[in-house]
Amino acid sequence: MAVVRTLLYLVVYPGLLFLFVYSTFCEWFDRKVYARLQNRMGPTHTGRFGLLQPIADFFKLMAKEDIVPEAADKRLFSILPVVGLAVVATAGLLLPVWNFDLANPGLTSFSGDIIVVLYLLSLPTLILFLAAWASTNPFATIGGARVLTMFFGYEVPLFLAVLSPAILADSWRLAEIAAFYQAKPLLLLTNLLGFIVAVIAVQAKLERTPFDIPHAETEIVGGTFTEYSGKKLALFRLTFDIELVVSSGLLAAVFLGGFPGGAVVGFLHFVVKTLFVIFLLSLLRALTSRIRIDQVVSFAWKYLAPLAVLQLLVTILLKGLLS
Amino acid sequence: MSFQIPIGPQHPALKEPISLRMTVEGEVITDVDMRLGYNHRGMEKLAEEKSWLQNIYVTERICGICSHSHATCYVQGVEKLMELAPPRRGLYIRYLVAELERVHSHLLWLGVAGHEAGFDSFFMYTWRDREIVMDLLEMISGNRVHYAINTLGGVRRDIDEGQKAKILEGVATLRKRSEYYFYIGANEPSFVARIAGVGYLSKESAIALCAVGPVARASGVARDVRKDDPCAVYGELDFEVATADTCDVLGRVVVRVKELLESYKLIEQMVKGLPAGDIAVKAPRKAKPGEVVSRYEAPRGENIHYIKANGTDKPERLKVRAPTLANYPATVEMLRKGFIADIPLIFAAIDPCICCAERTVTLVAAGSGEESVVRMSDLRRQALARHQNAPVKRNAVWPL
Repeated sequence: MAVVRTLLYLVVYPGLLFLFVYSTFCEWFDRKVYARLQNRMGPTHTGRFGLLQPIADFFKLMAKEDIVPEAADKRLFSILPVVGLAVVATAGLLLPVWNFDLANPGLTSFSGDIIVVLYLLSLPTLILFLAAWASTNPFATIGGARVLTMFFGYEVPLFLAVLSPAILADSWRLAEIAAFYQAKPLLLLTNLLGFIVAVIAVQAKLERTPFDIPHAETEIVGGTFTEYSGKKLALFRLTFDIELVVSSGLLAAVFLGGFPGGAVVGFLHFVVKTLFVIFLLSLLRALTSRIRIDQVVSFAWKYLAPLAVLQLLVTILLKGLLS
Repeated sequence: MSFQIPIGPQHPALKEPISLRMTVEGEVITDVDMRLGYNHRGMEKLAEEKSWLQNIYVTERICGICSHSHATCYVQGVEKLMELAPPRRGLYIRYLVAELERVHSHLLWLGVAGHEAGFDSFFMYTWRDREIVMDLLEMISGNRVHYAINTLGGVRRDIDEGQKAKILEGVATLRKRSEYYFYIGANEPSFVARIAGVGYLSKESAIALCAVGPVARASGVARDVRKDDPCAVYGELDFEVATADTCDVLGRVVVRVKELLESYKLIEQMVKGLPAGDIAVKAPRKAKPGEVVSRYEAPRGENIHYIKANGTDKPERLKVRAPTLANYPATVEMLRKGFIADIPLIFAAIDPCICCAERTVTLVAAGSGEESVVRMSDLRRQALARHQNAPVKRNAVWPL
């Protein structure tokens, strides 16, 4: 029985199948919001309101010809999309929406899981760099170099911003952090600065405008993905969709008071709050233009990092006041 | 580490084929090499085999965006050769269409600039509003792209009161929107961060490298054929030459939006002051021997047509100098020392129309890079020989 339960947990809910369906829904939501902000319709044809469009895109790509370049490191090139997907899906399992039981920390909810989620969310960046490097295309190589350069910009502010609420809550476990803020919702307001920093850093992590520099199509064609096609590209796209869900879920858990109310109500909280975060990300995407790689790094260290440090300072002072 | 990246002949930033070979060191461009000749269409040769009237429609097809500019430039020249004086109403309608075309071209360019900078919202909004002016052009001429409104000695279609009202209404909407885009283009922080100081071209080098149109005007050179050599109606109308002195892509955005506002002013003046009378006079079939140079300020810059007549009903020679060609030397200068990220923006900022500027083909051997000159008959013989020896297509191994 335990084996079946674990399998269901991994494959159906909240594992791959659920993440697949929900992440494609989030992609649809993102595309629709982005399109409406640009005075367009967005997906309308496939399924009701175009809801099935991302799924259709995924299956279409799965069926397309899959080309591996002659000069590429073939094994690395082929295995990276799968590893990337596995990493972000694992991160998805750690969200406190399906393991809300505080008293009973299981395999997927433990002290320090916030660090593990952050770590698992950092891995796709390295995977993208390796993928770019393994494809040996000049455009991909430049894209890969840009991925890493950007990584040094946004990662530290993101860590600082996400960890400061945890310091205030005095716990490294996502479920406990969420429970702390559910008990004292007013304290959420003190983390507003951190939330803004984290939203911008997540936008950079997901490589969306204004940070879509590693695959800026007008500059370096497909960037990191130039040589990827067919199944592998489909998996990479899915990886990004799931990463979008997981990172917005993480922000919702840490900054928006988590998902109280058990399995059903908590799930509703999850949907509403992740969609809210995704809405903010889409807004940011529609309102800005792509900036240059040097501007990203200087922006991150001139503004994001000091703001994140300020947030940390506020948190520490507040903690001293509260205790 | 210094290496070469090829931008083109096929690249998402380019709408037409051209080859820009960038030598880059990290993200910085150290050297630029530009190769043309991927889109030669033999327009000038074709023009020698068509009659004066037919050639209006040939020249109109030189460009898909400034189609009216080429046709007008040609018609102006031929009218001078034939000593025709088109009626004023005809001229007003001709330059009314010309200004509407400038509006649609500049709105299109603003969208492209937004897209190249990754600012797709800007792109979507400007292109939505471009539909307004496209609809106006369709209403006046019946076509969205090749208006075919010019004829020798005037224009082919008249406009009535209802159309006038619609033009004024459309222009009023567009003016409001353009002022907003002006605000966005010059104030949106992430967009300005991308375009300010990028693609620097000093006033001296703009003059030395013969830059034309908005590129020259953004470097502070107030050069506009409409003002310097006012043909037909422009002398009677009130407008200013838009310039900027920032010498960068931001300046080119500003100049184009200012020109939009000037064009609205011109359109309103022309519609309100449209004189009564005929729209065209009858043109002779032949032109006396002679030669003429015709200039016209296309949306992209100064357009020059050189026409030579030999007394028959066909031109002996038609030479077209499209504005894009004049801006290439300046582009190379602008690209140097830039970032890879700025290539599409700088290149797009000249509003390149590549097929307009193509006049030659170079044969380059794919393997050795050797260039050669071959006669057409030799080329044909080579092609036939190659096909005879080639294996059946489905078994062919195509070399990259």
